[in-house]
Amino acid sequence: MRNSRWTNLIFQLIAVILALGFTTLVMLIAKAPPLDAFKNIIIGSIGSWTKISDVLISWTPLLLATTGLLITFTAGLWNIGIEGQMMIGAVFSTWVLRLLQESTLPPALILGLAILGGMLGGALWALLTGVLKTFGGVNEIFGGLGLNFVATSINLWLIFGPWKRPGVASMSGTIPFPETLWLPTLPGSRLSLWALGLALISIVLVYFLLRGTYFGLRLKAVGKNAKAAYLLGVPTWQYSLAAFALCGIFAGLAGAMQVLVVYHRLIPSISSGYGYLGLMVAMLVNYQALWAAPVAFFFAALNIGSIQLPVVLKLDSTLSGVLQGTLVLFVLLMQGARQKLGIRN
Amino acid sequence: MTIPPHTFLLYHIGCRLSVVSHFVIHLIIIFLSFSHSLPSHSPMNVDLRHIHKTFGKVHANDDISLDIPAGTIQGILGENGAGKSTLMKVLSGFIYADAGEIRLDGRATTIHSPADAIRQGIGMLHQDPLDFPPMKILDNFLLGRAGGLFPDRKTARRDFLALAAQFDFSLDPEAYVDRLTVGERQQLEILRLLWLGARALILDEPTTGISLPQKEKLFATLKKLAAQGMTILFVSHKLEDVEALCGRVSVLRQGKLVEMMTPPFDAGRLVESMFGKQVTLAARTPARPGLVTLRAQNLSLEDSRLQIHQANLDVRAGEVIGLAGMEGSGQTLFLRACAGLLHPVAGKTLVGGRDLTGQAHHAFKKQGVAYLPASRMEEGLIPGLTLTDHFVLAEKMRGVFINREAALGLARQRISAFNIKGTPASTVESLSGGNQQRALLALLQTPLNLILLEHPTRGLDIESTLYIWAKLKERCAQGSAILFISADLDEILQYSDRVLVFFAGRVSPPLDAAQTSVTQLGQLIGGKGWETLAGEAAHA
Amino acid sequence: MTDNCQLTTANRQLTTMTSETLLIGLAGVLAAAAPVIFAVMGETFSERAGVINLSMNGSILLSAMGGFAVALNTGSLLLGFLAGAGIGALVALVVAFSSITLKQSQVAVGFVLALLTRDLAYFLGNPVMGQPGPRLQSLPLPGLSQLPVLGPLLFKQDLMTYLSFLLIFLAWAFIFRTRPGLMLQGIGERPAAAFVRGANVNRLRYFYTILGGALIGLAGPIYSLSVKAGWKGTISGLDGIGWIALSITIFGGWNPIRAALGAYLFALLQWLGLALQPILPGIPAQVLQVAPFPLMILTLLLVNIGDSEWVERALAAMPERQRRLAEKILRALRAKPPAALGTTFDSE
Repeated sequence: MRNSRWTNLIFQLIAVILALGFTTLVMLIAKAPPLDAFKNIIIGSIGSWTKISDVLISWTPLLLATTGLLITFTAGLWNIGIEGQMMIGAVFSTWVLRLLQESTLPPALILGLAILGGMLGGALWALLTGVLKTFGGVNEIFGGLGLNFVATSINLWLIFGPWKRPGVASMSGTIPFPETLWLPTLPGSRLSLWALGLALISIVLVYFLLRGTYFGLRLKAVGKNAKAAYLLGVPTWQYSLAAFALCGIFAGLAGAMQVLVVYHRLIPSISSGYGYLGLMVAMLVNYQALWAAPVAFFFAALNIGSIQLPVVLKLDSTLSGVLQGTLVLFVLLMQGARQKLGIRN
Repeated sequence: MTIPPHTFLLYHIGCRLSVVSHFVIHLIIIFLSFSHSLPSHSPMNVDLRHIHKTFGKVHANDDISLDIPAGTIQGILGENGAGKSTLMKVLSGFIYADAGEIRLDGRATTIHSPADAIRQGIGMLHQDPLDFPPMKILDNFLLGRAGGLFPDRKTARRDFLALAAQFDFSLDPEAYVDRLTVGERQQLEILRLLWLGARALILDEPTTGISLPQKEKLFATLKKLAAQGMTILFVSHKLEDVEALCGRVSVLRQGKLVEMMTPPFDAGRLVESMFGKQVTLAARTPARPGLVTLRAQNLSLEDSRLQIHQANLDVRAGEVIGLAGMEGSGQTLFLRACAGLLHPVAGKTLVGGRDLTGQAHHAFKKQGVAYLPASRMEEGLIPGLTLTDHFVLAEKMRGVFINREAALGLARQRISAFNIKGTPASTVESLSGGNQQRALLALLQTPLNLILLEHPTRGLDIESTLYIWAKLKERCAQGSAILFISADLDEILQYSDRVLVFFAGRVSPPLDAAQTSVTQLGQLIGGKGWETLAGEAAHA
Repeated sequence: MTDNCQLTTANRQLTTMTSETLLIGLAGVLAAAAPVIFAVMGETFSERAGVINLSMNGSILLSAMGGFAVALNTGSLLLGFLAGAGIGALVALVVAFSSITLKQSQVAVGFVLALLTRDLAYFLGNPVMGQPGPRLQSLPLPGLSQLPVLGPLLFKQDLMTYLSFLLIFLAWAFIFRTRPGLMLQGIGERPAAAFVRGANVNRLRYFYTILGGALIGLAGPIYSLSVKAGWKGTISGLDGIGWIALSITIFGGWNPIRAALGAYLFALLQWLGLALQPILPGIPAQVLQVAPFPLMILTLLLVNIGDSEWVERALAAMPERQRRLAEKILRALRAKPPAALGTTFDSE
């Protein structure tokens, strides 16, 4: 127990060094210059205000996804279906905009309804996984994965079918919405303080929800031992479903932001893998809300920083994914190593 | 890894010899493995010398020496935590002793693993038999024995049937183990160990959870084996079993061997050396039952294995009803139905006059019904959460945010009221079994109409047992009724006012505990004497 | 109106489909199922031993890329397949080490590896992307391939497809008929009982996880050197196969025969999806390609639903005869995982 914080830090540092080492090795195998690549990632992410605002734009959906996942992880659920939940959130958001864009309603109201629509869509899609699990016995990992693919196909079908651009349907998505239906951004930038604010409020809310409320404690009880929680009086399946729905709300909100702030239309890869990345962030912070924001920022920076790799160094931009993956992997391994050594002492 | 050591040695020698002698050695090996296949238990004496084993600060085995001549049934008595299982684990190769020596037939040896133990002739029968439930008896039987890629089922089957016949066990080699009772699984394990050439058998609490006829058969088997020269170590905390079976008894207390006795056994002295003091059980206090709190009306229950038809029972406030029966006879189904955890196929459950049939457990809970499961860490408590967390969870919610101060106060008060060795911040998994059970009791709300308990004192030492029953009796005095399942007939008769006996889904009419003897109860559990019972019920 | 037109063309196409083209199509289904069968058998071995290898999706991608790159650079198909198996085994080694030795969550590590190996495949595969490479040739068996119907269906396949047939049988025979196979069941079911019978549980778990990983890894080059020859990066159409294989393992109830049926069913559906495409032009290709996924959810639902409480209650309310029938169907579908799946084992 003694010095546990320091040993913890040392082990995490070793994990980071190992992850960097492994990624360097991978680059050497690919005959790429590692130092140049790392430098490019850093400059490409925080080298200028534009870049930083790009990182913040990417941080928003990632943080929202992580926020939602903290709830499902607390309830002991592996909500891999979050990708699909983001997608359906975006679909619902687009749907609301399409329905109301011709109407005389004030744009602010339409935007508000579109956000709510996104949250509803995410929640419903998440509840589907939850219902499959609680009433059908389908493990949420498989149910969620399957529903991710289904969500993708719904999205594609809409883009190539009912919602296709006049003329020819294409992978570039639906027709963009008029500028009045864009969520306001900072002048001269694509960064929206609204989106950023919503993400920050979300993580703070969830932090307090999980920490000091009956709901949080009961959710934790369900996650750690559902049978005992039930006998202690916690309505377990209702709490599981609530966790799914809440996570879906945040995922749907993230999807809505992708439509309203970033793309202003529905595109095939609207969730951009932020759901899976959110799972990695949640694992990396050991399912604690406190560190979610900075770690999500770091991951977003890696994503943005690697965008220019194909152009500058002719490297695939999945390098950021390799670095993120190895980082989480080595942190998990180091956690195990520390526990193993701890037992020996 | 399952080749006997002498065979291995021969291989070593074989490597250095010519091809011809290699062939000869192969023949010898084949011959040895054949001679091995016939269970001939040449007697072996087991001699433990100055065994020490510590776990952290606990001296689990403190200089234990025990010399057991071949053909002896050696009883090992002691309460929980006395060091019995540590000693048996040392002998069966699960753990190494810190110091000391194991001598088999006078030869000092090291036992590396349980598999090594059986190679050296020591077989262990675990309380929960270590077998593979979804597999066939025959596969369970032959797994672990050396052989080629394809198991020789024919020989195994022949040997199995021959062995089973020898001890009059009726086991179908093609049946699946998950359909067997604990007693039958024990029989399978005994046959398996004999087939592997066991010359000494360790039995850990073998009479828990088996029926009376199965127990009688087990004892007859053990006596027969001992007469053939088998050395038997019988670990138990049940005096009557030890008295009925053993030729010698040793008592462990706090890691030390404190007593060694041969028949006739002085029960008083054995108890005294087990506990270090005289234990007197609380005198029975007859209950004065009040109103009906639970009514089970023509209750029909079923699960995949068992059906109960039309059980009837009225439970009155303040009384204790014990549910007796060998494991899986229907008592768990009945108790779970009373808690709303199992929905009846037919019939009604009424709590306090209100019909709750088919409603969920939480509806029962609202009417003051509490259910305490047998597996404390699996169903009762939540590992990873603290005692304070548990008390907060068990209380009614007050608002949205938890008042930490109030929660801490509550936890402190309950911890001291129930004498739990732990702090409000202790996680439940860090507590001992007895303290976990106390914590479970401390989680019960007041007032309660009905408390349902599965094995409330299983695995607890005598002190905790007494404490828990004192607390439960307090509850009765306050008007709660208690229904409990126990495998311990003495506990059933000691604490119940009335007893319900279960046998293969049949439910007896309530028996007056004061008028029932252990023998009578034991026979009913084993399925004997039900005809007269039915007559009595009809008469009443 | 247009719908009617389409339906009539569909009918015409289906009726004009000669038995010969049908046979070729079905033979293609058997070949397309071969990599899935390798992956599913690998996962079955791993899970029978108690270790879930969740990395499968990325593992297959990385081994497909790696196998293709090696075969391309060395000109040796054999080395390509060996490289695939080696990559799969290596990934499985990480899963085994972290779960068996370090006792970390198998799901967490497996999931991270699934994403990591996928990204690695795309990153490292960049240089060989889209290049024409070697391809496994079909190997008609002399004599047998001349048989009517069975010949073109079964005996004009390539080597890996033949091996996939063999693998199903071998895996089944090994698990249920041999002594080590019984012990394999044992270590996944009740490791403590296997331990007292002399099994070195953790070493065996390493062994079977790595063996399973090698089989999973073979699925990769079967794609990139045969079924979907070449490496096309993110548009290879392989992303998702691993997750499907994972659910087929569950559908298969950890029994090689039943799992193989699942794999063939999946391949058949994919083929039907493609075959129906000209008939249903309104639906984009991407939609038909995901058709197996809702089906996968449905099968998992069927496999598991018999255990849920409300189904039991619904059954209890049914008349006797229907109830017995429904129970029989649900029991036949039900698949019970190895009891110790996902847990760790300490001999003490």
